[in-house]
Amino acid sequence: MRTIRFLLQKEFRQIFRNRAILAMVIVMPVIQLLILPMAANYEVKNINIAIIDNDHSSYSQKLISKITSSGYFKLTGYNFSFKEAFRLIETDDADLILEIPRGFERNLVRENGQKIFIAVNAINGTKANLGGVYLTGIIKDFNGEVRLQLVPPAKFDRTLSIDIASSNWFNPFLDYHVFMVPGILAILVTMVGGFLAALNIVKEKEVGTIEQINVTPIKKHHFILGKLIPFWVLGNVVFTLGLIVAWLIYRIIPVGNIFLLYSFVSVYLLAVLGFGLLISTFCETQQQAMFIMFFFMMVFILMGGLFTSIDSMPDWAKAVSQFNPVSYLIEVMRMIILKGSGFKDILRQLGIIALFAVVFNGWAIFNYKKTS
Amino acid sequence: MNWPAAQNEAIKHLAMKQFSIFIKKEFTHVLRDRKTLLILFGMPVVQILIFGFALTNEVKNARIAILDQANDPASHQLITKIAASKYFETEQAVMNRRQMEDAFKRGSIRLAVIFPANFNNELLHQHNAGIQVIADASDPNNATTLTSYVTAIIQDYLAALNKTGQTPYRISPEIRMLYNPQLKGASNFVPGVMALVLMLVCVMMTAVSIVKEKETGTMEILLVSSFKPLLVIASKAVPYLMLSLVNVASILLLSVFVLDLPVNGNVFLLFAESTLFIITCLTLGIFISVKTSSQQVAMLISLMGMLLPTILFSGFMFPIENMPVALQLISNIIPAKWYYIIVKAIMIKGSGFNAIWKETLILSGITVFLLIVSLKSFKIRLS
Amino acid sequence: MNEPVIKTNKLTKRFGGFIAADEITFTVDQGEIFGFLGANGAGKTTAMRMLCGLSIPSSGQATIAGFDVYKQTEQIKKNIGYMSQKFSLYEDLTILENIRFFGGIYGLSDRQLKTKSEELIDKLGLQNEAKKLVASLPLGWKQKLSFSVAILHEPKIVFLDEPTGGVDPVTRRQFWDLIYNAADNGVTIFVTTHYMDEAEYCNRISIMVDGKIKALDSPANLKASFGVGSMDEVFYELARGAKRSD
Repeated sequence: MRTIRFLLQKEFRQIFRNRAILAMVIVMPVIQLLILPMAANYEVKNINIAIIDNDHSSYSQKLISKITSSGYFKLTGYNFSFKEAFRLIETDDADLILEIPRGFERNLVRENGQKIFIAVNAINGTKANLGGVYLTGIIKDFNGEVRLQLVPPAKFDRTLSIDIASSNWFNPFLDYHVFMVPGILAILVTMVGGFLAALNIVKEKEVGTIEQINVTPIKKHHFILGKLIPFWVLGNVVFTLGLIVAWLIYRIIPVGNIFLLYSFVSVYLLAVLGFGLLISTFCETQQQAMFIMFFFMMVFILMGGLFTSIDSMPDWAKAVSQFNPVSYLIEVMRMIILKGSGFKDILRQLGIIALFAVVFNGWAIFNYKKTS
Repeated sequence: MNWPAAQNEAIKHLAMKQFSIFIKKEFTHVLRDRKTLLILFGMPVVQILIFGFALTNEVKNARIAILDQANDPASHQLITKIAASKYFETEQAVMNRRQMEDAFKRGSIRLAVIFPANFNNELLHQHNAGIQVIADASDPNNATTLTSYVTAIIQDYLAALNKTGQTPYRISPEIRMLYNPQLKGASNFVPGVMALVLMLVCVMMTAVSIVKEKETGTMEILLVSSFKPLLVIASKAVPYLMLSLVNVASILLLSVFVLDLPVNGNVFLLFAESTLFIITCLTLGIFISVKTSSQQVAMLISLMGMLLPTILFSGFMFPIENMPVALQLISNIIPAKWYYIIVKAIMIKGSGFNAIWKETLILSGITVFLLIVSLKSFKIRLS
Repeated sequence: MNEPVIKTNKLTKRFGGFIAADEITFTVDQGEIFGFLGANGAGKTTAMRMLCGLSIPSSGQATIAGFDVYKQTEQIKKNIGYMSQKFSLYEDLTILENIRFFGGIYGLSDRQLKTKSEELIDKLGLQNEAKKLVASLPLGWKQKLSFSVAILHEPKIVFLDEPTGGVDPVTRRQFWDLIYNAADNGVTIFVTTHYMDEAEYCNRISIMVDGKIKALDSPANLKASFGVGSMDEVFYELARGAKRSD
């Protein structure tokens, strides 16, 4: 225990003495959390639509005004030829083309049905997806109104109908920030911990101080613990600042138990720091450690479910995600902060992360060789 | 030939020779570090694979729960239809609302469909029944999409039920996906990955390798030699320029042969623009190295400070026009944004230089600006 | 005379096909100042690292303070001090902080730490610098500090790897005063150097050439047996046959 006390004293001194790093580690995440959630906005408004109205009827006009007044769409092209509209898609000036065929109104009334064509610029996946969803929704509504007008109520009554009452839980206003903030905070905490830990031991190697440590009778696990604890504290500080930003700026207050949240983050930090230290023990230079950590960080972030959901991934990718600590943190952060999930709900994730923590730190201790 | 000219010639010749010696030294440094090299060349490959085959914006296989309080023919028919959809996986059969809530909190379902008791009866005799659809809107887009899918299935069912097979006066939208029907978006992410990889690799590697020389004191030695400071810096950048061009080539090869995404425009133009972008990134790295004095600071700035902003502001994951105006302005100073536009134009649209001269000009401007600022503060440090 | 504190028998270290230290055999007695000489690349540092428990030998035997270099590296580390070629105290800690840190790691009590660090700072005359960062010290002071930190926990043996590289003759002289002082207190000194005047300060020296020990005796005996007047000449006689160098 005494040894650990001296190690901690030393590590904390070094951290606090290096003001530049300390300031960056604290300030950078806060700034990013202030800015990035506003940029990471999938809330799809302003979908650019080009409409080709070949019918010029009162129905087609009504449909068009319904679309443009919905708030989702911006009319960027009107009554071009299909070729011209396609050009707009090519230049990224339109995301969707709606083509209303000639005879739309007549066919709808006389022949009881009419097709309508939507072309989606699928390069922009999300916009394409949601734009299509919104547009079909609007057309359906319009269809309902038309039907009400055309069908005598008596006859209409005989058809069956189902009222669908849909509700959005945990985020009734479908606020995208609410979704992104916990995820981005998770990434920031991971980066702070991971990068600092990865650089630390290897820095001692590069500078040469590790020699002086290795020739002392210090226990390997003491040394690793001495590295782990300061960054663990720092990680928790960054996390706390993040929660404060989330509360002050985005009005996000964890629905679930805050102690549970901290407990999970604490265990998680042990895991990610262990991973960083493990990389550190494998490397000879800081540059190398940084680069390797960067590689894993990139994979972790992209596959962590921050931007795209893990559910939709193919099986092999889902299997890979099982080994991605970041994906558990993002998931649990959203669960506790947004849904108020309890201890039992996150037990599986907590168990896995605890296992990661044990494996990574154990491996780091094993791989840190005092004797070559 | 007069004498001073010959002397000048000799000095120039010497400088060139020194320059090539220094570049060789840098190359040896880079090539000796196998782990870094592996990552350097492996990274673009892994990223292309992840983006190409793992990530998708499409929503499918969403786990949902069905709370069937009716347990009658109509509800059974609808449940079978929902279960058959590729969008949903109905593993969960929940018994009551309590269980459903738990399932949401556990994160094991994304959506729940609730059939009221007497669903069949109400539908057939009162001609109208209700269904409750609850979505986990902690992921808002997912919730919207899933709700609309379920609604569509219910309406299809209803249409089939209404004897004629169709509700009267029905408008049926036909959706066609242009470019890539699977919504894979390769044409979107390949340029994005190029921008991301080049940006981070070039910036970090140059910044760190220069700061490292400062930290270990070898920079002093280089600077007191007859070598021009600019050449010292340039010799550090050249190896990374070349390695990055190899990366560009490997990404393009992968894109053409693995993702079937051809380069529609001129390949030489693409390489020329990539070289420009790489130089921009290298100067950014130099700029960071001039302003910092420890490797760790340089690394944290070039990675932690730039990883997420580059992903977000280059526009390849999130449309820039959706951002608040202030952020749209910020995105203008991110070089990756301009390069992303350029690559997309050349690769996908097959555009020529006349379509991208503006972006090219902006990138060049950023490069020149960074270079001037770095050289200025470099000189200040020396004196 | 009691048991020698360092005892090696055919100690060998291979790196792949390269034999850095080739069947080294020697003993060092307690309180002795043992010089370990050799040209650059002769294998001095490799041999020393094995003795310190930093590197496991490929073959041969050795005991340090009675402990085996294969199995008891951690016990060895309790009984030795080490000062590496490259300055390896923490530059971003102050002098006092470095002393207290390493003392603490070796398990000194708070009281010991207090008295020892005061003593040490007095001895080195660093009263005014005690709270300054080590990075700001001149090289000579850094080396004296390293040495003092290496013997802070009163080890049986202290290993010094080219401790006086790059400092002026006056500082080197002062450094050797510190070494004598420690040896008088019973600490065994094992020192590598390539300054031949320093070799003269040792009780006994060994000279390594190409991984092998080519000579081992007191400086006077060596000079006599080679029939030369200075250690420089002894060294030159032996080292000119060397095949490898940096």
